[in-house]
Amino acid sequence: MIAIIDYRMGNLRSVQKGFEHAGVRDVVVTDDPEVVRAADGIVLPGVGAFRDASANLKASGLWELLLSRVAAGTPFLGICLGMQLLASVGLEDGEWEGLGMIPGTCERLPGGVKIPHIGWNTVAYPRESRLFDGIPADTAFYFVHSYHLRPSDPSCIIGSTEYGVPFAAAVQAGSAYAVQFHPEKSSDMGLRLLANFGAIVTERGSR
Amino acid sequence: MLMKRVIPCLDVHEGRVVKGVNFIDLRDAGDPVELAAAYDKEGADELVFLDITATHEDRPLMLEVARRTAEEVFIPYTVGGGMRTSADIRAMLSAGCDKISMNSAAVAAPGLITETSRIYGSQCIVVAIDARRVPGSSRWEVFVSGGRTNTGLDAVAWAEEAERLGAGEILLTSMDRDGTKDGFDIDLTRAITRAVNIPVIASGGAGELDDFAEVVIEADADAVLAASVFHFGQFSVRQVKEAMAAHGVPVRL
Repeated sequence: MIAIIDYRMGNLRSVQKGFEHAGVRDVVVTDDPEVVRAADGIVLPGVGAFRDASANLKASGLWELLLSRVAAGTPFLGICLGMQLLASVGLEDGEWEGLGMIPGTCERLPGGVKIPHIGWNTVAYPRESRLFDGIPADTAFYFVHSYHLRPSDPSCIIGSTEYGVPFAAAVQAGSAYAVQFHPEKSSDMGLRLLANFGAIVTERGSR
Repeated sequence: MLMKRVIPCLDVHEGRVVKGVNFIDLRDAGDPVELAAAYDKEGADELVFLDITATHEDRPLMLEVARRTAEEVFIPYTVGGGMRTSADIRAMLSAGCDKISMNSAAVAAPGLITETSRIYGSQCIVVAIDARRVPGSSRWEVFVSGGRTNTGLDAVAWAEEAERLGAGEILLTSMDRDGTKDGFDIDLTRAITRAVNIPVIASGGAGELDDFAEVVIEADADAVLAASVFHFGQFSVRQVKEAMAAHGVPVRL
């Protein structure tokens, strides 16, 4: 079972339905720590402010649980704000603690371009990853964001996008994957990515 | 590289698409959700549903369309038309749409732009501007209520104000060109894209395949929107994108 974490940061119906359309079964939306603990895969979506997201996760008792499940090797997929939260520190309207699964900061996109970055942008692959299996390099995905995750060690970057400057569109550290774009809004190729995550979860579960 | 977007617009009346669409293989050509899925397959980057009923009694129908679209179509979509209050906007966003577009309501109560963009983020607040050239001048005025009422507002000044108030995008329709098939209004679109630092969607006047690239190249539009050329099957979304690509415009193919 894959648990999509509901921590009151946006509508999660599209993410759940996206998995279903991608042929991934047994996907639930939950805020129940017991369900998350039992899950074979965890998805952290989210749209909104870093501070609220961080506070909501802590208040729901899911913060430590997410860290321990990922440390134990449970496949994890962060989407948009759910990727940014993996940083050690969020620098949106202050300084906020992030989950720290990816050492680095969550910073505002540099100026000189229209912000927020809205629309379809291409993703290049600095290195290979199962998450992009069957998805050609330079495929366009749908982005909506003003902040981005800037890892201290760029070797975790599995997808890179250019908007004024190059930034991390996708990262991987151990069993934790995260994407800045919205696979659930990126048509066929987005659904393919969700299917790939589903396959990663299934494979680990059957070991 | 950031792609230029091609956005079909669907007019919805009492929960049904009103203009005929020449897609083959549709079970129900009036079902907005089925049409949306067909446009997604054709390569549309986004969709706009314009609720032309816009009476209070019919709101639940549009909410249902938004809910079903969120469950069955996996590209971003905007709903516009008839939303007057913060509560209307909240209900529509909770139904699952990505952005809402406001036109008359934004002019009547500009504070609504600020209030809703603070709560939901500017990326989901689109301000739609219907503009008509003041005859014999290089100024455009803003019309509301489906183009029936001249507000006297200067279109460029209103676009700047909308950005300042928190709008995340401008959906700009040239009333002079709308329905003429004479091409997009380059002068108007350029005046607006130069004035604001948020994406501008150009609308009104598409008639030939080359019109789409022209407004992007000549007027710096971030996206192009059209209704009838798609609905009546004159062009497919893919044909439009291929024509844009042939002019060197980056599009998702």
